[in-house]
Amino acid sequence: MNIFDIVGPVMVGPSSSHTAGAVRIGYISRKLLGEEVHEAEIYLHGSFALTGKGHGTDKALIAGLLGMHTDDVRIPDSFQMAEEKGMKFFFETADLGDVHPNTVLLKLTGKSKRKLEVMASSLGGGRIQVNSLDGLTVNFCGDYPTLIVHNQDQPGHVAEVTSMLSHKSVNIANMQLFRSQRGADAVMVLECDQEIPKESIAWLMHLEGINKVTYLSLKED
Amino acid sequence: MGYISLTEIEKDIRIKKCEYWEIILQDDMKERMVSAENSLKEMQGMYQAMKQADKSYEGRRKSSSGLAGTDGLKIEKANKTGKIISGEFMGHVMERAVKMGESNACMKRIVAAPTAGSCGVIPAVLLSYEKDFKMSETRMIESLYVAAGIGCVIAKRASISGAEGGCQAEIGSASAMAAGALCYLRGGTPAQIHNASAIALKNLLGLVCDPVAGLVEVPCVKRNVIGAVNAVTASDLSMAGVKSVIPADEVIDAMKNIGRMLPCALKETAEGGLASTPTGQKIAKRLSGK
Repeated sequence: MNIFDIVGPVMVGPSSSHTAGAVRIGYISRKLLGEEVHEAEIYLHGSFALTGKGHGTDKALIAGLLGMHTDDVRIPDSFQMAEEKGMKFFFETADLGDVHPNTVLLKLTGKSKRKLEVMASSLGGGRIQVNSLDGLTVNFCGDYPTLIVHNQDQPGHVAEVTSMLSHKSVNIANMQLFRSQRGADAVMVLECDQEIPKESIAWLMHLEGINKVTYLSLKED
Repeated sequence: MGYISLTEIEKDIRIKKCEYWEIILQDDMKERMVSAENSLKEMQGMYQAMKQADKSYEGRRKSSSGLAGTDGLKIEKANKTGKIISGEFMGHVMERAVKMGESNACMKRIVAAPTAGSCGVIPAVLLSYEKDFKMSETRMIESLYVAAGIGCVIAKRASISGAEGGCQAEIGSASAMAAGALCYLRGGTPAQIHNASAIALKNLLGLVCDPVAGLVEVPCVKRNVIGAVNAVTASDLSMAGVKSVIPADEVIDAMKNIGRMLPCALKETAEGGLASTPTGQKIAKRLSGK
């Protein structure tokens, strides 16, 4: 925590958890998808479902999906902007299970038909956590350049990824491994101190046993 | 921030023979690895965003629930026609606090300080003091460092979240920050600054977070007024030499303690207090469309 977490951030109201956090979830999801959003199915859980409308959570999520930051004054007009851009979306309330009260599930389809399912929670003060990607558990906050690799659960994939990072002088801040069951789908999440070059990400995608590579860059598009 | 107590800050100011704000600035430079220029520029940005938010208040706008809006205009009118008896400066403080709270409810751009729900307290006190007492912007930015230092200690020792500590953690913390900043601007010593924060926070201990329909509107907007006014009176008391018997750090610890003891129904869940009154429930029902 630094002094600008206390005096700041500059944000569009009314709530750091229900508005600013929601913008951030939308923004991070759009970055994870890696392209413009064509269609978004959005499922609101708990307090997001109950008091979301009054806090503009719906408008905030769409604003984030359109690439807006938490201090963008166009957030209240995001529905209209989505319409102008031809982005389709719908909202539903859902019980997402034993998760944080401010949780949302986004099923996204991009302009080039790339698909991604993101479940994320707003933890308060504008901080967020991504809980699952395409149904597999993950845990990251979006404050670092983050690499997410879906792969077959077999020996060697972690070594491939980490040696590539070492080669590119990228330091790993946090690393987590998850798998659905032995030998089935696995996912690794690496939060890094530096950005990973585009070509290295593309290289990873072509490796055998790697199913999907998702990268969250902190650079503006 | 590296400091975990106000006592430590006071001690460092004595040892390093620096101004209060310089100690916090140096800490920020170390923490975020930035230059003094960079940090000061960012703080100036925060102060200017507060000014901009105050200026861009729209008096006829209502929040989407219809519960918040237009009250700022009423106070403005009362101020202009001399119908406020608590004094000219206090009138301006009240007006700005309500306006900022309403702007927040209406999805306008504000500065969370420390939270969005309590965003009216610090600007109400500081912007009014700058204007009515002809302060330079440089001094105002310095006072924001004082506020931020106090706020960081509160966040570390206790909490600034209504869901965790109730409204005392939001409006109470904002009030303690504003009281300290105001004392600094009035030439108070570090001890007087912390004494003012202690008094301000003590007065709001136990304040619960009970928003009607879960929205940052009722009673949040008007609680920004009590936070701001309380900050001004706490600074008056401290500058007059009145001392808080319980030291500031211990008051903060008491706030944490009370926050823990508060039932969940009174911590931003909209299940108790004003939210559970017949009128509160009626409003919640109407808004949910059931």
